[in-house]
Amino acid sequence: METKELTCIGCPMGCQISVDIENGTVVSVKGNSCKIGDNYARKEVVSPMRIVTSSVAVLSDKNAHPSNEVHYPRVSVKTASEVPKDKIMDVMDEIHRTHAVAPVKIGDIILQNVAGTGVAIIATKNS
Amino acid sequence: MNSYDVVIVGGGPAGLAAAVAARDAGCERILILERDSELGGILNQCIHNGFGLHTFKEELTGPEYAARFIDQVRSRNIEFKLNTMVLDIAADRTVTAMNRQDGMMSIAAGAVILAMGCRERPRGALNIPGFRPAGIFSAGTAQRLVNIEGYMPGKRIVILGSGDIGLIMARRMTLEGAKVLCVAELMPYSGGLKRNIVQCLNDYNIPLLLSHTVVDIRGKQRVEGVTIAKVDDRFKPIPGTETDYDCDTLMLSTGLIPENELSRNVGIDINPITNGPFVAENFETSVPGIFACGNVLHVHDLVDFVSEEAGRAGRAAAAFVSSQSDDITNHKVVHVITKGGVRYTVPTSIDIDRMTDSTIVRFRVANVFQNHYINVYIDDTRIIHQKKRIMAPGEMEQAVLKKSQLQSFSNIRNITIAVESE
Ligand SMILES: Cc1cc2nc3c(=O)[nH]c(=O)nc-3n(C[C@H](O)[C@H](O)[C@H](O)COP(=O)(O)OP(=O)(O)OC[C@H]3O[C@@H](n4cnc5c(N)ncnc54)[C@H](O)[C@@H]3O)c2cc1C
Ligand code: SF4
Repeated sequence: METKELTCIGCPMGCQISVDIENGTVVSVKGNSCKIGDNYARKEVVSPMRIVTSSVAVLSDKNAHPSNEVHYPRVSVKTASEVPKDKIMDVMDEIHRTHAVAPVKIGDIILQNVAGTGVAIIATKNS
Repeated sequence: MNSYDVVIVGGGPAGLAAAVAARDAGCERILILERDSELGGILNQCIHNGFGLHTFKEELTGPEYAARFIDQVRSRNIEFKLNTMVLDIAADRTVTAMNRQDGMMSIAAGAVILAMGCRERPRGALNIPGFRPAGIFSAGTAQRLVNIEGYMPGKRIVILGSGDIGLIMARRMTLEGAKVLCVAELMPYSGGLKRNIVQCLNDYNIPLLLSHTVVDIRGKQRVEGVTIAKVDDRFKPIPGTETDYDCDTLMLSTGLIPENELSRNVGIDINPITNGPFVAENFETSVPGIFACGNVLHVHDLVDFVSEEAGRAGRAAAAFVSSQSDDITNHKVVHVITKGGVRYTVPTSIDIDRMTDSTIVRFRVANVFQNHYINVYIDDTRIIHQKKRIMAPGEMEQAVLKKSQLQSFSNIRNITIAVESE
C-alpha cells in the first residue's frame, strides 16, 4: 500500500490530506474537512486536473499576423474546463500560436479542442 | 460646481460594488472617478482563476469577476469618468479631479467613498546592496507587462517574497516559457495562500526557500545573477549559506501598501498597522461623510471580501446622505481592541445604535497558530469561542457580532478580539 500526502486546493483552509492507495485504487482519504477535499484527493492521485489561464494577442484585422515588431493589445483566456495537469504545456504551446480577432466577448471560443483535450479556449475579457 | 450624492474614488472592485450598493439603497446621483482607461482596477491584470468562489459560487478569472460588476454599474446607468485622476479631497467633501476633456473640476459630494486600492511596496524599501541594474521588477508590474501588454520581463527568474502575486507570477512566467529558479521568502512561512503554493510552485517543481533572502545582486547594466542566503531567527543572513543563481530577472513580491496620500491630506486618521484609515462599523473614517473600503482600507487576499465590504460601505454612504441631520451624539460607541496574536481589526469602533443586525470584524494574526481559539469578549464576558485548526498571517480571519447581543449589555467599555490557546 502507498500513502500520498496532499494539500487540498479547494479553499483557503488548505487541509493536509493523506490518501491510501492499493493497486491503483484509493482505499481511504483522511484529513479533509469536507466533501470537496475528498473529491479533490481522489482525482488528484489518479489524474490531476487544472484550469489553465493565459492571454493572446488581439488583431483588429483578420488578415494581419502578430509579429515581434508590432505589439497588439491582449485579451485574457482560459480553458473552458479543467485539463489534465500533464497536458498544461501542450495547451500553452497552442495558446502561444494563437491570436484572436476583434471584437472579442467574454465566453467567445478562441480555440476548439486545445491539444486534443476536447476542451475549448475561451475569452475571459471583452476586447 | 457639479454636485453628486456620492462620489467614489477608484473604479476597481471596491468602487464598483460600493456604487451598485449605494444605488440599490436609493442614491440617485453617483459618480465613479477612475484614473485608468478602463474600470476593474487591478483585476484586469489578474487573469488567473480563483475569484468569486464566495460571491458567485464559481471560479472566475479576475477580468470575468470585474465584468460582472461593470455590467451591474452599466445596467444601473451609474455615471463614471475614466482617465480621471482625483487630486484632492477636502474635509467639506469637495473633490478635485482632472482629465483631458473637462480639465480641472471641483465636485461637491454628499458623501465620498475612498476605493483607491493599494500599490506595491517600492524597491527602495528593501535593503539589497549592489548596483541597480535593469531586470528588477515588482511582481505586479511584471504581471501587467505579461498579461496586458504582452512583454516578457526575462528568461531566468528568481522571485523574492512568497505573497500571492509572487506565487501566481512564478506559474505565469513558467507557462510563458521562462525558467523560475526559486522563490525565496524571508519569513519561516509563506505570506501566500496554501492553494497557490500547491498550484503555482509544486505543480511546476519550483522550490520555495523559506527563511532565505537575497543578499547580493550581480550585473551592472542588466541583472546577471543573485546570491541567496539563509537567515537566522533575527532575519540576519547566516554566513556560509550563500548560493549563487544565474538569472536575468529578479522579481519582488514583498507586499502591498494601501494608497492613502489623498486620505492623509484630508486629515483622516491612519492606522499605522494597516496603513489604511481607522473606520467605524459603517466604514466611515475619522472625517464625517468620508468612507473607505477595499484595499485602500486594508490589504485583502480575496476579492469576494472586498466586494462584500464595499457593499456595506456603499449602503452606509447612502444612509449618511439621507440622514445627515440625525443626531448621533447620544449613540453608544464602543472600541474594538486586540489581544493575544491579533494584529489589527477592521472596524476599530462600533456604534451600537447605528449598526445593522450584524457586523463582521475582520482581522489578521501576527503568527501561525494551530488549534487556537478566536475569542471575543465584551469587557470580561466571553461571547464567542471558536476553535480554528490553523490561522496564518496570510489569511484574513473574522468574527461576526450581533446587534441584539451587544444591546443586551449595558455600559460596554470595550470589545476585545483575541486569539488564544483556550
Ligand atoms: C499588483 C497586484 C496584484 C494582485 N493580484 C491578486 C491576485 O492575483 N488575486 C487576488 O485575489 N487578489 C490580488 N490582488 C489584490 C486585489 O487587488 C484585490 O482583491 C482587489 O482588486 C482590491 O480592489 P480595490 O478596488 O480595493 O483596489 P484596486 O483593484 O487596486 O482598484 C483601485 C482603483 O482605484 C484607482 N485609483 C487609485 N487612485 C486614484 C485616484 N487618485 N484617482 C482616480 N482613481 C484612482 C486605480 O486606478 C484602480 O483602478 C492584487 C493586488 C495588486 C496590487
Ligand atoms: S478539504 Fe474542504 S475545507 Fe479543507 S481545504 Fe479542501 S475544500 Fe477547504
